[in-house]
Amino acid sequence: MSRRRGPAFWGLAAFFGLFVLFLYGPTLTILVLSFQGPSGGLTFPMNGVSLHWFGNLFEKQMVGDFAGSLRRSMILGIGAMLVTVVASFMAGLAFRTRFRGSTTVFYLAIASLIVPSILISLGIGLLFRVLGWEAAWYSSAFGAHLTWTLPFGLLIMFAVFNRFDRRYEEAARDLGATSWQTIRHVVIPILLPSLIGVGLFGFTLSYDEFSRSLYTSGTFNTLPLEIYGMTTNVTTPVLYALGTVTTGVSFLVIGIALVSVIVLRRRRERHGSDAGKAA
Amino acid sequence: MSRVSAWVTYLQVAPLTLVFLLFLVVPIATIVVVSFFDYNTTQIIPAFLLQNYEELLTSPVTWRTYLQTIEFAVITWALTLVIGFTVAYFLAFHVRSATWQTVLFLVCTIPFWTSNVIRMISWIPFLGRNGLANMTLLQLGLIDQPLEFLLFSDFAVVLAYVHLYTLFMVVPIFNSMMRIDRSLLEAARDAGASGWQTLWNVIVPLSKPGIAIGSIFVVTIVMGDFVTVRLMSGGQTASVGLMMMNAMSLLQYPAAAANAVVLLLLVLFTVAAMMRLVDIRKEL
Repeated sequence: MSRRRGPAFWGLAAFFGLFVLFLYGPTLTILVLSFQGPSGGLTFPMNGVSLHWFGNLFEKQMVGDFAGSLRRSMILGIGAMLVTVVASFMAGLAFRTRFRGSTTVFYLAIASLIVPSILISLGIGLLFRVLGWEAAWYSSAFGAHLTWTLPFGLLIMFAVFNRFDRRYEEAARDLGATSWQTIRHVVIPILLPSLIGVGLFGFTLSYDEFSRSLYTSGTFNTLPLEIYGMTTNVTTPVLYALGTVTTGVSFLVIGIALVSVIVLRRRRERHGSDAGKAA
Repeated sequence: MSRVSAWVTYLQVAPLTLVFLLFLVVPIATIVVVSFFDYNTTQIIPAFLLQNYEELLTSPVTWRTYLQTIEFAVITWALTLVIGFTVAYFLAFHVRSATWQTVLFLVCTIPFWTSNVIRMISWIPFLGRNGLANMTLLQLGLIDQPLEFLLFSDFAVVLAYVHLYTLFMVVPIFNSMMRIDRSLLEAARDAGASGWQTLWNVIVPLSKPGIAIGSIFVVTIVMGDFVTVRLMSGGQTASVGLMMMNAMSLLQYPAAAANAVVLLLLVLFTVAAMMRLVDIRKEL
């Protein structure tokens, strides 16, 4: 590569810029349009600026059960996050040794990623029907979401443990730590940024999941199902207000995750070495 | 491995395995079993019939729908591959500072953590009859009536696919490219290769694992999709997923299950073909 930036660089940079615009442009548009005045429509021009449609969102009769579905999706997301972090971390530890069946479990995880979501939704829906159980967002939909979040968690843990220096653990053991102490005081603190990343995947993938919720959430809608329902019968900017709030929640979660990772890194740089600090 | 530590290993992997067994293996098995069941307007009846498959495979609608879905998958695959490869190439080889690389990579991945349904809806103000695209073209005098094909059409479906799934290509291809030993590029240049030759004979072959993983993601997602087709085509285009949904809403569960089995076989066959190109486990 030449030191000076040639036309290839600027051509590719322009392409990249257009790609980013393509990624974010539409979302920014509905962000702006959600502040449409009370008499405004689904497209530009803006008829004034107001919070009318956000207020509309919380009036129950207008758009079904927004508050309820948001609450359910939040609980589901947090549950999926916790299970994904713990189960992936444990499985990541297990996969460092070869055990009988490890290939099977690995291929199950891959299968879970590539089997189309609608088949998992359909399968769990049918299973509950055949067994005569009631499908519900906290049982069947929860399981359906885990089949999507866990493979991501596991693959991230693989990548993380492949780069993990086992000498830290050996050192801890040589100093007399039990295996639980090693995990608690050495492995987890070192891997914490990655575990936060896994948590981010767990929450957001569950919070936004549509296909896998379709036949598994039973009587009460999760947020994506509620939004989907609205697209067919709501023709006011309240739809955009909903989009803005949902995307806002996602960005908040992403922001919290990124900031915590950065803070952890900084702190580690500052306190990196404890040489000569023995208490 | 001592006996105790073997037990610990199995305990560690148990929760994950249990979830996959209960919510992946058993449900798929249920689909296979139910696909042979009989049904009438109110209930499904345990049986062993091939009728569901017969009806499915002899209907011309099925074949048309499968062809349409495969067509979407191929077009989307080609577009996401070209765009995703270019973006990854720029990030991996033209952005020099590691900090910028991380920041721009994050910019590409953040939409993955937001809602797909919302991202589809967000095309309405752009593509609608009175949307930004039509208004701009009208004002520039390039067209004298609004274009009708922008929203609720096959065009809109493909656009949404590319919008939603290109990052499934960017991430694995970028990952492959970052592992390419930079001295190989130098060697190629020293041996007299032009920029294009280096790209085609060194970078592309070494990015193959990433390309394969990205392709598996994009193709399987598009083949099983129904939300995008439903929302973006305005109900005018069919997909295999929608076909299943229709059968489900008519309570024809065994018919939907038979269709699901056929789709699953098609997807697994496609993935198996792609997996021959790459050992996924080595790529992590």
